[in-house]
Amino acid sequence: MEGITNQNGMEPVLRFIDVSVSYTPGVYAVKNVSTAIYPNTITAVMGPSGCGKSTLLRAINRMHDLYANIKTTGQIILKGKDVLKTDPMEVRRMAGMVFQQPNPFPTMSIYDNVLAGYKLNGIKLNKEEKDEIVEDSLRNVALWNEVKDAMNKRGSFLSGGQQQRLCIARALALKPEVLLMDEPTSALDPISTNRIEELLLELRKQYSMLIVTHNMSQAARISDNSMFMYLGELVEHNNTKQMFTKPRNRRTEEYLTGVFG
Amino acid sequence: MKDKIFRFLLFLAAVLILLLTAGIVYALVSRSTEAFGEYGIWSFIVNPEWDPRPATEEYGAMSFILGTLYTAFFALFLCIPFSFSVALFNGEYFKGMKISSAVRSVVDLLAGIPSIVYGLWGFYTIRPLIIDLGINAQGFGIFLSSVVLAIMIIPYASSLSTEFLSMVPNNLKEGAYSLGATRIEVIRHISIPSSLPGIVASYILALGRALGETMAVTMLIGNTDRIPQGLRDTGNTMASVIANQFGEADGFKLSSLIAIGLLLFVITAIINMIAKLIMKRVSRL
Repeated sequence: MEGITNQNGMEPVLRFIDVSVSYTPGVYAVKNVSTAIYPNTITAVMGPSGCGKSTLLRAINRMHDLYANIKTTGQIILKGKDVLKTDPMEVRRMAGMVFQQPNPFPTMSIYDNVLAGYKLNGIKLNKEEKDEIVEDSLRNVALWNEVKDAMNKRGSFLSGGQQQRLCIARALALKPEVLLMDEPTSALDPISTNRIEELLLELRKQYSMLIVTHNMSQAARISDNSMFMYLGELVEHNNTKQMFTKPRNRRTEEYLTGVFG
Repeated sequence: MKDKIFRFLLFLAAVLILLLTAGIVYALVSRSTEAFGEYGIWSFIVNPEWDPRPATEEYGAMSFILGTLYTAFFALFLCIPFSFSVALFNGEYFKGMKISSAVRSVVDLLAGIPSIVYGLWGFYTIRPLIIDLGINAQGFGIFLSSVVLAIMIIPYASSLSTEFLSMVPNNLKEGAYSLGATRIEVIRHISIPSSLPGIVASYILALGRALGETMAVTMLIGNTDRIPQGLRDTGNTMASVIANQFGEADGFKLSSLIAIGLLLFVITAIINMIAKLIMKRVSRL
């Protein structure tokens, strides 16, 4: 797959080697996926419903461990560490996750929401460190000016788009290696979606991101590379421009042109 | 036409229930006016004397109000660690598993045991234990009643708090896990704070049950008509004094017992209302 952006001369941030995920023994939601994600790129993960894109994403930060019936096999290497052989709590701190539905913690203030990762992990910080992390993270998601005078208000009072940016700030506060996003704008209005997309392009300078999306024009707008999955298999992974203009695989082309979806 | 008749019947049933409730309240109020009229409502409530001797006849509710509060709150205190563990077991750790539904059915079974059976068990099994432990020479008293009451209200406290714990959105829990939290941290910082008002409300409802529980308490509390001097002492609750004395009561004494019944009714109604209000607010979030 020679076309992938930032492939040349860079160590991949994330490498999948023969990764499979099954919900019931013998039935695979993700089948033998092998590929790599390179630094400072946005990679869109596309495919029809049920193709395994969210399942693949959630394998990275071991969310599947929360459900006894889900088994992940193969190797996922995040910054040189084999995720499946590392303590899941450590993996999850290295891989921030943003969910489809904005989920700020309703019992915490905006300030505490940003610091939730530290609080939950029992990491003690002094007041200055806290203030600095909160301000940096909120500035990173362009939310600082909107909420700086409402730090003690609950996060659930914000609009949907602001809540989602707060959730991104919460993930960034832990300084992760990679940001995993599972349809982060599908519950938001077009204006909020637009703001989040701009934000992701800005964040690309510091982070590598994977974004599961149903929205092909979103993938075209913001992603450097795209993965197309179908029936649990990774059909194609290439730079987005090339994939949208000259897909290598007939399935990819059919999906992108709306033959199925 | 049929529809109209059915609607009318439903309407009738609803009105009947309202009338019935009003009737109960009226009967209680009208028959307690004698006592309230003689002593005044407030003095009747705060007077701890209960003296049925004809020469010095005098009745007040305070001994029994305090007896009720001591027993119910101590029972609630004893019940919290158990019902909270059951709630965490069923609503969080083993949620949706077979073992959880087994535990749930057994706990629900506890709620179905008749009060008199608890009374017998307390009398013949727990009382000797309390005597052996040297808590109290006869075994009877607030302590014994509270221990048995605590077991009786576990199902009420635990099944509702289980509901509230399992209602914590998965979305929030996954959000916390994705930040690297362990299970115990998720429970401490996310699940419990989000369901706390609901859990508190279920304990208030359980308290309401404990306040009105009669049969088992009457058999175990020792039935003395004075303010209990601590948890080891004997006493009477509002419910147990009525059960114990209404048979041979007439005149002022009967009216005083009914007045105590009315007070108990008002107290439990208020307690239930508080719990329901909290729950309404929780479900609106």
